[in-house]
Amino acid sequence: MDLPKETLIGMYRTMLTIRRFEETANQVFANGLVPGFLHSSVGEEATAAGACANLRADDYIASNHRGHGHCIAKGADVKRMMAELMGRRTGYCKGKGGSMHIADPDLGILGANGIVGGGLPIASGAAFAAQFRGGDQVVICFFGDGASNEGSFHEALNLAGLWKLPVVFLCENNGYAELTHQRYHMAISDVSVRAAGYGMPGLIVDGTDVIAVYEATREAVTRARQGDGPTLLEAKTYRWRGHYEGDPQTYRSKAEVEEWMQRDCIAGLRRRLLEAGLATSDELDAIHAAVEQTVAEAVQFAQQSPLPDPEETLSDVYA
Amino acid sequence: MRQLSYLKAIGEALREEMQRDETVFLAGEDIGASGGTFGATKGLFQEFGAGRIKDTPISEAGIVGLAVGAAAAGLRPVVEIMFDDFITIAMDQIVNQAAKMRYMFGGKLRLPITIRTMCGGGVNAGPQHSQSLEAWFVHVPGLKVIMPSSPYDVKGLLKTAIRDDNPVLCFENKALHGLKGEVPEEEYLIQFGQAAVRREGGDVTIVAVSQMVPKALAAAETLAGEGISAEVVDPRTLSPLDKETIIASVRKTGRLVIAHEAVAPCGIGAEIAALAADEAFHALRAPIKRVTAPFTPVPFAKPLESFYLPNAERIAKAVKEIM
Repeated sequence: MDLPKETLIGMYRTMLTIRRFEETANQVFANGLVPGFLHSSVGEEATAAGACANLRADDYIASNHRGHGHCIAKGADVKRMMAELMGRRTGYCKGKGGSMHIADPDLGILGANGIVGGGLPIASGAAFAAQFRGGDQVVICFFGDGASNEGSFHEALNLAGLWKLPVVFLCENNGYAELTHQRYHMAISDVSVRAAGYGMPGLIVDGTDVIAVYEATREAVTRARQGDGPTLLEAKTYRWRGHYEGDPQTYRSKAEVEEWMQRDCIAGLRRRLLEAGLATSDELDAIHAAVEQTVAEAVQFAQQSPLPDPEETLSDVYA
Repeated sequence: MRQLSYLKAIGEALREEMQRDETVFLAGEDIGASGGTFGATKGLFQEFGAGRIKDTPISEAGIVGLAVGAAAAGLRPVVEIMFDDFITIAMDQIVNQAAKMRYMFGGKLRLPITIRTMCGGGVNAGPQHSQSLEAWFVHVPGLKVIMPSSPYDVKGLLKTAIRDDNPVLCFENKALHGLKGEVPEEEYLIQFGQAAVRREGGDVTIVAVSQMVPKALAAAETLAGEGISAEVVDPRTLSPLDKETIIASVRKTGRLVIAHEAVAPCGIGAEIAALAADEAFHALRAPIKRVTAPFTPVPFAKPLESFYLPNAERIAKAVKEIM
């Protein structure tokens, strides 16, 4: 654990913010304040936090339907995120997108995405723009094991490998494509082996270990910045909640969920920080309190924000 | 004035816009050193180099995704989908991504994307290389659809498309590639949403798109010999559609025939007929007629494809039916 304390504490705060944002979103969803669908990333916080800790403000991410964590880790404002979940005018998309479409081009967040696999070709496109300009910006593309079965995965990775585009394809393999276990949706157990077909390295990392994710992504990001091309990084992880809030989860056992919950990424980092003497319980508790307040303020901000006027439906179609 | 082919006019538009704006790049299958399957991008690779003229794998979703991501990150891509039949592979990127990103992100993003694609029959290319699928995209908010019918129009409209901050689909009819017409040396643009009245007349309005425009003009000439004065209106852009010019013409003539190469159900003709019913109902003196392809795939063999494609005679016949 030779990382600077600042980086470790930063990732701890990010994971905690994601966890509490998601748990709170689930709560307000259950209370009827969030219309539509909600896909919780509780349990998967380490991939977003560990990966995005390697990014600069001018780097890009492309995200997916389970995207709240990615957006928070890239610097999105939880107030505007919560407001969007509640369909308020102050939300990131002015109430036109909702949970699955949070984006902030100013922060390099090219959008969560409601189409599985939809973000992959877009990530290659943004990486092409970086290469075209001759700078050293990189893109991280988050997607799941299910998305790696889409044709867009093949097209995007082939192009990125061919042109050596500065992009990290980060597969959050949580073992399930929606309600279907991986063994029923692909003939292989490791998505990373698909990298060989695109002339790029394919690596596996423990997605519940934020330090491991950070270090593996650092290597891939460095490769991309140096002009050496893309990497397919597969993080083995698990979502604690269903595919969507309300999912009866008949496809998996409670025992399986509980087993994975023993590998809580936040508790894991807390233990290591304390053991290494890099932080005291008081310091970490103070972060918890601060995060709690941030999320509570986000809910308050969202609830106090106005709903959009019905006529706002008609704007923003064309530039 | 100088005469230029439709195909050369496309190349000239691309060259001028690439010279004007260094964020413009081209990507597509075989468009680079080989100059495109039909030669539309001939010479551009030599002039602008491999950095700005990108030969891609056969990956239509990847090509449009490249455009979407690059546009979101500040470039101005012009991509080619060789035949519009192949655009089916890229539908998610066009319909769910490019068309909606600005709106669903609350208006924060500009997506200056031009997608050039070749449509139309008449060259015995068969069912998967001959379709006219423009109406699918007119149906999608967030997209613009242009359908140039002459060398002058394809150059001026394509230049406007490239400068537009929205995703624009340009349907270039392969049967028009060799068509020559006047194209001035000096620069010009054609604004979207401005139909052209190709021939004035008082008895009937023929709205024709793409390669039906020259056929409608031929029909009008025949009809003139029989004492029928037909006005031919070319919408030039289908989304946005110049409703005012079409409605003004229908109000003047009281009769409407619409000619397009695509099949009838939910084609642009259905939209234009509905428009006339909405806004010029009381001016109509006869039923609205559509001249379209039959509701079949585009057949291959010469007698079949000749039967399939609308022509000047069928347009003239439809006019006479409502006189």
